[in-house]
Amino acid sequence: MSDITLEQPPTPTAGRRHDHHATRLLWFVLKRLGTAVFVLLCTATVAFFLVRLSGDPVKLLLPPDATAAQESALRSSLGLDRPLFTQYVDFIGGLPRLDFGNSLVYNQPVSRILADRLPATIELAAAALVVTLVVAIPAGIFAAMRRGRGSDHAVMTGVLLGQSTPPFWVGILLVLVFAVGLHALPASGYGTFAHLVLPAVTLAVYSVAVVARLLRSSLIDVLSSDHIRSARAKGFGPLKVVLTHGLRNASLPVVTVVGLEVGSLLGGAILTERVFSWPGVGQLTIEAISNRDFPLVQATVLFFAATFVVVNLLVDLSYSFLDPRVRTSR
Amino acid sequence: MTVMTPAAADRVPAGTPTVGSGSVVLRALLRNKLAVLALAVLVLLLAAALFAPLIAPYDPNSQDLLLRLRPPAWQDGGSGAHPLGTDQLGRDMLSRVIYGARVSLLVGAGAALLAGAIGTVVGLVSGYFGGWADRVLMRLADIQLAFPALLLALAIVGFLGSGLWYVILVLGFTGWVSYARVVRSEVMSLRSRDFITEARAIGVTDATIMRRHLLPNVMAPLATIATLHVAAAVVAEASLSYLGLGVPKETVTWGSMLADGQLYLGTSWWVAVFPGIALMLTSLAINITGDALRDVADPKAYRR
Repeated sequence: MSDITLEQPPTPTAGRRHDHHATRLLWFVLKRLGTAVFVLLCTATVAFFLVRLSGDPVKLLLPPDATAAQESALRSSLGLDRPLFTQYVDFIGGLPRLDFGNSLVYNQPVSRILADRLPATIELAAAALVVTLVVAIPAGIFAAMRRGRGSDHAVMTGVLLGQSTPPFWVGILLVLVFAVGLHALPASGYGTFAHLVLPAVTLAVYSVAVVARLLRSSLIDVLSSDHIRSARAKGFGPLKVVLTHGLRNASLPVVTVVGLEVGSLLGGAILTERVFSWPGVGQLTIEAISNRDFPLVQATVLFFAATFVVVNLLVDLSYSFLDPRVRTSR
Repeated sequence: MTVMTPAAADRVPAGTPTVGSGSVVLRALLRNKLAVLALAVLVLLLAAALFAPLIAPYDPNSQDLLLRLRPPAWQDGGSGAHPLGTDQLGRDMLSRVIYGARVSLLVGAGAALLAGAIGTVVGLVSGYFGGWADRVLMRLADIQLAFPALLLALAIVGFLGSGLWYVILVLGFTGWVSYARVVRSEVMSLRSRDFITEARAIGVTDATIMRRHLLPNVMAPLATIATLHVAAAVVAEASLSYLGLGVPKETVTWGSMLADGQLYLGTSWWVAVFPGIALMLTSLAINITGDALRDVADPKAYRR
């Protein structure tokens, strides 16, 4: 571990070097953006062909006794009678304008339906993030500072439980205790703060476990390094050493893994929304899949993939702010 | 990483580097009390899954509409005939929980085997040959990681149809990346060792080197990942079944039992709670075993 408090002395070339770093950072960002766009294009293509490999939505939308003429009329009004390639080009072409076509079931632009459902999902995700940070960071620091003692084992047991418990089972247990048993909180629904509590805790359980576990182990690594020892030698108290010197260095692996875990978290969001009938994008995705609503499925799949890609892009970029060594070596 | 030191691994005759280390691993595992408990739970579960028709008191799908939503034996209104009570169609909860272990473990093991096979081949090729093969395969791994696995599974199962084999295939094909990465990094460090260069010098083919000399040396980390992946696949299957998109309705799964049970939470807690406990115990026991395996295989990680 290098000492992150060491500053470069000002030299005549410092300004130029700074420009050089800026160019490199820009180049790095552009390259990552290119990869992100490529991955999203792949996802869009897979989603497009996957939904078309499955059953016929027209048959599902019409009553079983519909005539062939009615069927073909509906097919052409939905644009599903056009050649596959034309449909694909239209779909990809609409993406930059966020035009995902019209929903087959709701008869509305898919983008408007998504926009209607988005606030609920963002609210849930933000609340879960707050719960995660408020619980996991103190728990990780606490366990690392008391490594090997009873309180550390208690935290790690909780971590193991949290990582092994599927979100829908957490949700059902919480409903059983706090809604059915104590009548303290609503079992489902949306609108007030009380409705938010159980879903947010449900979604947060897994990420609390992941973050606390990683923060603990990476803090343990960092705390044995030289610059921490010298900080201790200067007479700082243990908590101050952790907060001022340890946490920043220990956050790097945590941020990396959180980026990779976003996929599980998105899956968790879908399950959590289902448990609590939360009117978000996750519920919408499941409805769309069971209705074979092609355009809506394509859009929701892309929405989740884009979230994953953007979060990981931010994770990559955050390295250079969290760790100066990354900034200078790139 | 095997339990052998790197120096010892180099001196061992080619092809036999890890013979005998299985019992060492087992002995080390047995010293960890929690792992022993977890292993015992796993053996019980496996027995329940294998011998379900012999153990289960009833056919898990036989309905008795006169005995709907009966509580477990120890509650008022319960009886010894249905120790864990009955569900909304009068089906015996105990039999259903026992049968549920079948799908869970089959999907878990099947997905881990499939993902392990794909990931190991990719990792061996990528690490051994390097160059463009490595670049292509690792880029493929990056793209795979960018697809949220559960969402991909949801879309594929939702669209191609539900079925046990679909679920195994989907979870297998979405889970190979972690195996590939670990095998690749192990192989890259083994590649330049003496016993590999010597084998190559005497004309052993690449395929034989990979199969007989590299594969045995990556078995320990593979076992750890596979164990943890079984737990992940069990949970993923339950998630799909909970959403009603996994295996067909007639198949008894803990996930679909939980979905049914949630509707009756207000009056009949046992319909959701027993499959939930079974699911959590399974996932917990497999995770504890996996963690213990890792501690044995990689002593460096032990202090964490």
